[in-house]
Parts: sequence; structure tokens; C-alpha cells
Amino acid sequence: MSANLEALTAQALDALAATTDLTSLDAIRVHYLGKKGVFTAQMKELGALPPEERREAGQVINQAKDAFQEKLDTQKIELEEAALATRLANERLDVTLAGRGQKVGGLHPVTTTLRRINKIFASVGFQVVEGPEIEDDYHNFEALNIPAHHPARAMHDTFYFDAHRVLRTHTSPVQIRVMESQTPPLKVIAPGRVYRCDSDITHTPMFHQVEGFLVDTDVSFADLKGVVYEFLRAFFEKDIQVRFRPSYFPFTEPSAEVDIECVICGGEGCRVCSHTGWLEVMGCGMIHPEVFKAVKIDSEKYSGFAFGMGVERLAMLRYGINDLRLFFENDLKFLQQFN
Amino acid sequence: MKISETWLRTYVNPALGTEELVAQITMAGLEVDAVEPVAAQFSGVVVGEVVEMEKHPDADKLNVCKVNVGETELLQIVCGAANVRVGLKIPAALCGAVLPGDFKIKQSKLRGIESFGMLCSAKELGLVAEAEGLMELPADAPVGIDIREYLQLNDNSIEVDLTPNRADCLSVEGVAREIAVLNKIVLNVPVIEPVAVTHSEKLTVTVEATTACPRYLGRLISGVNNQAQTPLWMQERLRRSGLRSLSPLVDVTNYVLLELGQPLHVFDAEKLNGGITIRYATNGETLELLNTQTIIFDEKCLVIADDESALAFAGVMGGSYSAVHENTNSVFLECAFFTPLAIAGKARQFGLHTDSSHRFERGVDFELQNRAIERATQLILEICGGQAGEITEVTTTSELPKRESIILRETKLTKILGMSFESENVTGILERLGMKVVTQTDGWLVTPPSFRFDIAIEADLIEEIARIYGYNNLPNNQILVRSSLNQATETVLDLDRVKDLLVDCGYQEAITYSFVDENLQKTIAPSAEFIRLQNPISADLAVMRTTLWGGLLTAALHNTNRQQTRVRLFESGLHFVQNEGETLQEKMLAGLALGNVTAEQWGEQERAVDFYDVKADVEAIFGLTGCKVQFVSESHETLHPGQSAKILTENGEVVGWLGMLHPNLEQQLGFETPVFLFELSQDLLLQKQRSSFKSLSKFPSVRRDLALLVKEEVNAGDIIGAIQSCSQPLLQEAVIFDVYRGKGVEEGFKSVALSLVLQNQAQTLTDTEIDAIVSTFLETLTVKTGAKLRD
Repeated sequence: MSANLEALTAQALDALAATTDLTSLDAIRVHYLGKKGVFTAQMKELGALPPEERREAGQVINQAKDAFQEKLDTQKIELEEAALATRLANERLDVTLAGRGQKVGGLHPVTTTLRRINKIFASVGFQVVEGPEIEDDYHNFEALNIPAHHPARAMHDTFYFDAHRVLRTHTSPVQIRVMESQTPPLKVIAPGRVYRCDSDITHTPMFHQVEGFLVDTDVSFADLKGVVYEFLRAFFEKDIQVRFRPSYFPFTEPSAEVDIECVICGGEGCRVCSHTGWLEVMGCGMIHPEVFKAVKIDSEKYSGFAFGMGVERLAMLRYGINDLRLFFENDLKFLQQFN
Repeated sequence: MKISETWLRTYVNPALGTEELVAQITMAGLEVDAVEPVAAQFSGVVVGEVVEMEKHPDADKLNVCKVNVGETELLQIVCGAANVRVGLKIPAALCGAVLPGDFKIKQSKLRGIESFGMLCSAKELGLVAEAEGLMELPADAPVGIDIREYLQLNDNSIEVDLTPNRADCLSVEGVAREIAVLNKIVLNVPVIEPVAVTHSEKLTVTVEATTACPRYLGRLISGVNNQAQTPLWMQERLRRSGLRSLSPLVDVTNYVLLELGQPLHVFDAEKLNGGITIRYATNGETLELLNTQTIIFDEKCLVIADDESALAFAGVMGGSYSAVHENTNSVFLECAFFTPLAIAGKARQFGLHTDSSHRFERGVDFELQNRAIERATQLILEICGGQAGEITEVTTTSELPKRESIILRETKLTKILGMSFESENVTGILERLGMKVVTQTDGWLVTPPSFRFDIAIEADLIEEIARIYGYNNLPNNQILVRSSLNQATETVLDLDRVKDLLVDCGYQEAITYSFVDENLQKTIAPSAEFIRLQNPISADLAVMRTTLWGGLLTAALHNTNRQQTRVRLFESGLHFVQNEGETLQEKMLAGLALGNVTAEQWGEQERAVDFYDVKADVEAIFGLTGCKVQFVSESHETLHPGQSAKILTENGEVVGWLGMLHPNLEQQLGFETPVFLFELSQDLLLQKQRSSFKSLSKFPSVRRDLALLVKEEVNAGDIIGAIQSCSQPLLQEAVIFDVYRGKGVEEGFKSVALSLVLQNQAQTLTDTEIDAIVSTFLETLTVKTGAKLRD
């Protein structure tokens, strides 16, 4: 190697070693390796040598150039890594700070409960139907086998508008409206607001019920028991004890109240279940022949069952809510617990 | 109804503990609400007799008594009660006794005199809430016997919550009858012998209203002493049923009512004028009742009258004039069967509810009257003395309830209950229930007893069999339903989707009452006609809402009053609006937002929510349905006139409103920041367009931006509307992306930046084509809005 080339190479490597940033590194690359660069100029000078020396001299230059190139590449990677490391360090965030933007709200626990009930029944083909809340006396009472002055009317503390119009006291009138307009088989769930003229620690003048009924050619009390039993286990996601207790509703016969094993104490007895170990959760029964008569369905051909439950009651048991009135105060601190 | 367990067990005593017995009747449909001991826990109290008594030397009100408690020696007990006297039998608490409230009795000194126990009042034994003086025991009470045993205090009051169909169980005998059926044991019915008739005086009884009163029995009993003491056992049984002892005559009628379920009434015979008539009242006839309430009858009310006036509200309550009092000497005892329909609702009509009306409107055994009047007479003679006259009975057999035979088909029984029963099993259950049963080839012919008013059709019998067999012994079927596939419509959006969207936009769902305060209703919607409840629970829940805003505003205030500065609520539900005399019940969706646009957060400037934030939420809802709506500037009585928009469908139907609560209302209602509201009709809102595909253009789209100078009053909607009116098929999008006022724009004008995107399906657009289209747009804009291109 010529002394000149040696000096050049040493100079180039020194320049490289002194470089600390990618911009000057690139300037060095152009200076030595560019088309007009130092090494290129060296190659051009080969033409002045005798042909037999050119080959060897060329190899020497190329070796020096390659060695430099290699150093340069290594240096470039190192600088790039250092630059990235610096950038990453500079861009570090406190990831524990909260995200920005709109936070989601939530559904009312009654809605959440209703959706679950609907979903469970929809899975076997029940259809959701709604009805008016201002009802006529006929649909709320008469057609449900509760004539005027029937003692059962005293069980419904009714809000009246006039002699014929009331705020519905239950969702059962939807049963009548559906049976009046459709023919069996019928599988219906009717959720909604209902009203009773009663207000104290355990009653609000408005609450929600879900009415459900099924009418077909061969429906029995055993089917009703099966459906109610499966529903309650699905709703509470637990293999709970369920019992059926004879009761009375003018629009069903046989009629039953359904009790479940207390979900608070597991049946041991506590304040919530009045130390009985049981909680009343719904009423049900076989649709009364008088009701079928009112809607002109042949009770010899068809039979059916109906059930009704209080949504707030189920929500209270499910979520451990201890005060019914909270449902309608709409305090954000209450509502947000169910988001 | 409350009854004593001990009393019940005199009729029927199955080998069951209290808890098991209560569970058994509950599971038979006689729901037990409560079981309470008839006396508080106490011990060490015996029947004592005051044998000697002398004044305490150092205390005026104290006496030093020597009390026989059945031991060889008399006990010295100091007593301060006023009624203490020699010969009196009383409950005596011995040393070591523990009275209710864990009160221990010890030997003590009272003003220097030793006392070895305490003489007790009924209150001190926890039997009553208030008592004056010592509890006086009958003279024949055996001295030394434990008072709990003597008074049978190891007893429970069982409170049964009977359903309206089970009138037959509104008595001790009725509940006992049911227990006998459940346990297959014999009911021990006390034999009631007719009393000896010892005088011949009678009153004529005329029943005019035979349908309402098919049976009426009465008799005169003379020479009674109503100042006699009601025996302790009867007082105790009444007390355990929640009734107070009043006078022996009244106590007897109450006792028989509890025992047999038959309401009776005693009239003071000396107050009666002539015979007894059972008739309908005349319109406007009045009567002062026992409770001193004076009522004005209408002609559908049944009364018991003498020749002069109404004496009693039949089946409900007696009158005060003819009531017995402590000097009553002779009585007319009445025992009737009134038809349930004649009594139903009558008491309630006057705000009354009595033990009598409760039973008559549900149905009293129409075969019971003779037994009941004899039983009551027997008890009156025993307690008050006197002579009984002959019974006058007026029965109209044709008007008595019918007990028709009912056919019970085996097939129906099996079908409804989902299992088959042995014939003997069916017959057994029905016969134990007091029914007459004739077995037929395909079922049974059943006749119910006179005490059952709830058995008239086949379904009633099926229920009885299920009930006695036990609901929980019936099978549970795995659900197996006939199903058809449901529609999955694309023309109506599910409300749930909209609710979820609002939740995602930070709204919290509220549920508010459908009735609101009338003042609030009038304040926020002064011109809306509303419907009023006849019997509201309170003034603040008296009228039906015509808008969901009332409830949301109230809920928002509830929260702002509790340090919440940012509230976003929505609600879905009906509003009730009057339209030509009809009440429309329409499903609405409403929302409210106040406070900052987002919850407080770091790194962003706080900004109060404004019209456009809420409009974006509303637009997002319409984005779900794809329905094109128009926001039209229009004032609304609840909203700020400059910030309210009426929302219209393409057909011009009003979907709803959006805007800022009117500043006057904001202040009046007590808000400290602006409130934004929207309310939309669900029916219109949820109408969805099915998506339909348009092929994608292969050619590039072109965007042209125009800076337009328009007068301040020109709305964005007018500009977009003008563009759309050109019906240019190549126009893909027209968006206003900036509005500028200020330097360079004349006062009263604004600069609106509009972007137009054009695209052709078939070819690349040339500049010439684009310029032509844009100049058409500009011309139309100038004509319709006065817009000019900004230089």
C-alpha cells in the first residue's frame, strides 16, 4: 500500500471515530465513498499505473475501502441505536395517568335486569311485547276475572283517572291484549312499568314487572314448574332451591307463589328473608278458563300458563340493593355502581 | 287473621311442632306471615292469694302483704298497687323469678320492710302494653300453680295471610278443618246444644231484600248483665287474636266470629221500635255508626232497620244508637247470611273495613247461622245470665247460594297437572275437603260444601287436588316448546342499541316516575294539556308527564344538590299527551347534559358542554338508523329561543326537540349552569333504512373548497340545502368545515368554508366539468342564500 493510501485510510478512520451523529457520519460517507469521494479518486488514479500493477494496486485500494465501509456501517448502526435509545427515553410517558376523553355511562339496574330476563326467555323463542300504561278497567281487571267489587281489587291499590281508566296495576293486561289479537301457540314476555297507590319503605308507587305466558295445545302445570325453575336458576346463575306454594290470583288456577332459597343467607335465615330461609319472587299459575273465555280462546283445545315477577325485587336480590326507593332517586352514586 | 295455636290445637292436634305446623299450612296456601309468642319470656311467677294486708308504716302508698303462693309459709311482699286487697288472686313473682326484659326479682327491703317477691300487673308480665294495677285472676285460680301454665302462656299467635278465595279459613274452626285434611285426622268439632228457651217474646223479622239476605236469624235475650266480667280464658283468646275485651256481650260476638267465622250483632232491645226489617236504604238515609262516623246511604246499601229507622249497616257495622252499653238489660241477637255480592265493596265505599264485611264479602258458610246463634246465646247466658227467647228465622231457600255438581274429567286433570292420579287418591282428597264425590267412568261428579265459595268449576277442583297433593310433589317438565323462527327486521332499530350508544357517550340511564308535580309540569310545559290522577299518592306525583324532561330535570337537581357538577342522563318511557280528548301514550327517549363536556381530566382545557356537543350525540343516534333528519331552528317554550332545534324526518314529521333549557327556567328550577335537553319520539327515531349497495367508482374523486361570505342569519342548513337542491348526481359530499367571523369579514356577515367532493362512476372528471358544476352551485347559493365567494 502506498504511503498516501495508508495515510488516507488512517485519516478516514479517525474521522469516523470522531463522529457522534448520523448527519456528520453521512457527510464522511460521501466524502470518502461518494462518486467524487477520496477512495473513488484513488481508483481513478490506477489508470496511471502500468497495466501489470493495476490489478494488485486496485485490490489494495478495495481492501482499504471495504475495511472503511465496514467500520462505517458498524458506526452507523451504533449511532442509530443510540439515537433511538435517546428518543425512546425522551418519549417515556407516565402510563399510570388516566386516559382522556368521554367515559362511558351505564344502564339503570332495572334495565340490566330486564335485559337478562328477556334474554333468558328469548333463548327459547319468547317474544317481547309491550302495552299501554294507562289501561282501561276491562283489560286491567274485568278480562282477568276480577269483576268490580271483587275482593282482589283491594289487593291492587289502583290509581284512577276516571271510572274507566286506571294506571295499570300489573303487566297482565298485556296478556289479554296479545291473546285478543293473536292465535296460539303464544310465547310472550311483557315487561314494563306498573303502578300501585302505595308508598313506604318497601313500596314505591311505580315499579316494574315482567309478565310471561305460554299458550299451546298441551301445556301443563308441570311445564310451568319446569320453566320457572330453569329461569330462576339461569337468572341467579346458581343451582338454587325453588318451591311452589299454593296461592290465589283471579286470572290463574291453579295459582302459585314461587319462593327461592334466600340468596343472602343461603337458606339459613336472615333479616332479608324474615328468618324463613325463603324469598318470594314471583306469582304464577295456569291461565284461568274465564280469562280464555274473555279472549275467545277455546280452553278445551288450549291450555297455558302465566307468571309475573317484580323486576326491582329481582335486581335487589341479585345486586344486594337494600332500599327500593334508590331505584327512582337516580343518584349518580347509585346508578354508577351498575356500570 | 291472628289465631292462638293452643286454641287451634283444641280442634285438631297433629304430631307436629309449631314450626312444622306453620310450614304445613303455608305450603297448603294459608300463608303464615308471623308466629309470635303470646307472652314475653319470663319465669318464676305463680298464682298467689293475698291473705293478709297492712299499711306500710313508713310509706303511704305501700302495703305489706302476706301472700299464699302454695308453700307452707306465707310470703311477705310489699306492694304499691291501688287494687291490692285481701282475697285477691294475682300473679306473684317469687325470688329468683325473671320477668320480661331480664328483670330479676330478688329479696329486697322497701323502706325498711323485707319483701320476698313482687305482685305483678299484666304489663309487667309482658301481656299488654298498658295496665293499671295488679292483674286480677279469677277467684277459682289454683294457688301456687305456675302462671304460664295457668294462663296457657306457652302459646303462639299465628298470623295467617289469607287469599280472598279462602273465606272458609277465616276462623279457628276453618283453619283447623284445613289442618285435619292435610294430616288426614279427625276434626274435633265441639257439639253446640241448643239452649233452653225460657220466654216467648219475639220480634217480627221482615226480609225485603231476600236476594241480599237469604237467611236471617234473631232472638231476644232478656235479663242480661253486661257488667259481668268476661272470663279470663275468653279475654286471652281474644287478645291472642288481636282483639281487645270490650264488654261481655261484644266479646261473645267477637269470640264466635273468631271461632266459627260467623259475624253476629247484638242490639240493645230497649232501643228498638217495632219489628226488624232487612231492606235497602233509601237514597240519603243516614246512620251514625258504632265508630261515630255518620254515613249517608245510597239505595244499593243494605240496612237492618226497625219500624222507624236504620239500625245497622248490614254486614258492615252496627249503629251507635242501638248499640249495647253497660246497663243494657235485654238484647236482640242477630245472625245472618248476606250474599257476598250485596256486601262487596260497600264498606270500602265509605272507607270502612270490618271483620264482618271482610267475611261477608268473601262468603260465610250459609249453613252456619243456626249453630252460631246457639253458640253465642250459650256463651251470653253463661257470662251475662238472662233468658233466651225462641229463634226467629227467615230463610229464602231459593236465594241461598247453589252448590251445583261439577264434573271433573280424568283427562283434564292429567292434562293440566301433567301427571295422572289414582282414583282413590282423587276421591280421598276431595272427600276430606268436605265434598260429595260420585265416581264416574271417566271422572268424578263433585259437590262442594256450603263453606266453600271458591269451588264452582273444574279448574277449582284441579287446584284443590294439586294443593292437597302438594305442588312440590308434582313433576317439573323440561321445557319443550313449539317454536317458529323469528323475523330479524332491518327496518326498526332495537331501542337497546340506542341506549347502548348513549351509555357509550357518557350518559347514565335514569328511571323517573311517570307522574310529576303539577307545578313542575306547568312550569316546564305551560301550554301542554295533561291528565290528572284522581287519587295521587301526593301532590308531587299528581299529573301524568307530557314530557320526560320533568323527571330528568328533577333527577339532575337531585345530583347537583349533592355536589355533582357534571350530569348526563337519559330515560326512555311513555309521555302522556292529550289530543282531542284522547290520551296518547307515546314512547319517548329523552336526555339531559350539564356541566363539563367530559369528566375533569388532566392535560385538556375544561370546557362546558354546549349545544353542538349534545347535537353530536343526537346525530349519532340517527347515524345508527341511517334516517335523514333535519334540524330546524324553531323556538320551544321550554328552550332558549336561540338554541333550540326541531328535528324533522324527510317527510316533515316531528321526531323531537333539542336545545338549551330556557335561562328563565334554569334559574327558576335552581340550576347554576346551562342545561341541554333532547327528547325524541321512539317510533320515528327507530325507523331504519336497510342498507343498499352502490358500486365503487374506479376514478379519482375531486375536492373543491369554497370560502363563502354570507349574512349572519343564513344557517348552515340553508347552504347545504341549496347545494342539495341542485340534485347534482356527481356530488358525493358537501361539508362545512369552518365558520369564521372577525377581521376581514364585514360586521353582520360570516365566512363559511364549504368543501365539495365530486366523483364520476364512468370517467375521470376534467377541470372544465368541475368548474361548470361548481359555478352552478355558486349561482344557486347566491340565489338562495345571497352567498358570495370571498376574495
